[in-house]
Amino acid sequence: MLELKNLCFQVENGDLGHKEIIKNINLTFDDHTFVAITGPNGGGKSTLAKLIMGIEQPTSGQILFNGTDITHMNITERAKLGISFAFQQPVRFKGIKVLDLLTLAAGDKTNFSSACEYLSKVGLCARDYIRRDIDGSLSGGELKRIEIATIIARNTPLAVFDEPEAGIDLWSFNNLIKVFEEMHRSSDNSLIIISHQERILNIADEIVVLAEGTVKARGRKDDILPELLKGTEGCKFYQA
Amino acid sequence: MDEIQKMLLEQVADLHEVPAGAYNIRANGVSAGRATTANIDIVTKEDKQGIDIVIKPGTKKESVHIPVVLSQSGLTEMVYNDFYIGDDCDITIVAGCGIHNSGDEASKHDGIHSFFIGKNCHVKYVEKHYGSGDGKGERIMNPETIIEMGENSYFELETVQIKGVDSTDRATTATLAAGAKLVVTEKLMTHGKQSAKTAFTVDLNGEGSSANIVSRSVARDDSYQLFLSKINGNNRCAGHSECDGIIMDNAKISAIPEITANCPDAELIHEAAIGKIAGEQITKLMTLGLTEEEAESHIVNGFLK
Repeated sequence: MLELKNLCFQVENGDLGHKEIIKNINLTFDDHTFVAITGPNGGGKSTLAKLIMGIEQPTSGQILFNGTDITHMNITERAKLGISFAFQQPVRFKGIKVLDLLTLAAGDKTNFSSACEYLSKVGLCARDYIRRDIDGSLSGGELKRIEIATIIARNTPLAVFDEPEAGIDLWSFNNLIKVFEEMHRSSDNSLIIISHQERILNIADEIVVLAEGTVKARGRKDDILPELLKGTEGCKFYQA
Repeated sequence: MDEIQKMLLEQVADLHEVPAGAYNIRANGVSAGRATTANIDIVTKEDKQGIDIVIKPGTKKESVHIPVVLSQSGLTEMVYNDFYIGDDCDITIVAGCGIHNSGDEASKHDGIHSFFIGKNCHVKYVEKHYGSGDGKGERIMNPETIIEMGENSYFELETVQIKGVDSTDRATTATLAAGAKLVVTEKLMTHGKQSAKTAFTVDLNGEGSSANIVSRSVARDDSYQLFLSKINGNNRCAGHSECDGIIMDNAKISAIPEITANCPDAELIHEAAIGKIAGEQITKLMTLGLTEEEAESHIVNGFLK
């Protein structure tokens, strides 16, 4: 499905020269898999997600998607090939309505009732939301759920979620877990979810731990989670 | 009317045929059709170009269409249209001007619309401006709108100029009595070397009066826009103006707000934001499979919808 080969990403760091954000990462993601990527803040998780979607371009290395080299493809080309991306901070628009965005996401295969279905899946009553602008009148949690609805609408072979739990309330979070479980169960699509939440890590097939731009660990949750949670009992950082 | 005039009529007034209710269609400087109703009279002015529209008190759920179309290159006109709206009316007025200029001389329509609105009225006024034609002659429109609002009246002005007008200088002045409410929504797009100036002056004279002026504009290519809004709070009142501009290419936009509170109970707010399309908006739409150009077009169309 997805292969990252010797992937590196660095940024200008003023007088200090270059700073390496992603350091020679090699990862392979299988078909119909649910992988959670976790690790400390600043470890390169969001950058890795953006490199997969083409929002950032790697300094070196290669990205293969279903055998096709997509390293130098732009965002649109990758989207058309079948990669979706849910933003950590959903984007606001003046004058674009929820229905417009869902229609764009689903392409020409959508209609009013299917748009309602996508919203229902993320716990929003379509009647209340479908004609609303995607602007500051929506709360952070509402925007987040609409963002996830656009990914459901796209229904692509690979969906990348960048910290879907960020800015979401507890009720929405419980719902979110069910949404991911349903997405994984009901299709052959693959999910890559950047997350700090134990409950998301707990439903993933595999966990990748990323820190300081490198893969520190990868494995089944039963092997990785106990290690991650060691020493966190006091701060509950990884727990919902 | 010829096909070009019919096309202009469709653009500025959404009219495919003769409208229901009262109307006056002006084409190339002369009347091309008129109808009145039992409650709405339209009378030609005798001292200057234009018409008086007289609406009886208590007229409900009626509409007046007064579109103007110019298809003759080089035509210049100044028209005065006065609306006398009696108390307790609920009406919709659709105006608008379309110019098709395929010649080399400038075509120009200056319209002065005055509204004298009675007590407790609810008035919706829709005005669209549109230009077409590939001649070198400019398409110029300078509309002036004067609004005098009676007690507890409501006036909604929806004004749209999206395409083809080379130069526009729009002035709107309003005075509001007690409890009156003015709502203005302006949508404007300029391109090429066009210029557009919009000036609002609102006097909130009556206790409990309020005004909300919202302008959304897109300036492309080498065009220029100037937005001026002046709200004077002369009593216990609420005033809000907002200018939201998207700037593209080498265009320029200026927004100059002025709010003056002449009463301690006046609450006045101005907001103005001008900037490029946010990069993250384009990125988001690209992740849905749109190209950069398609994303930009969706954002602009939505913004002006």
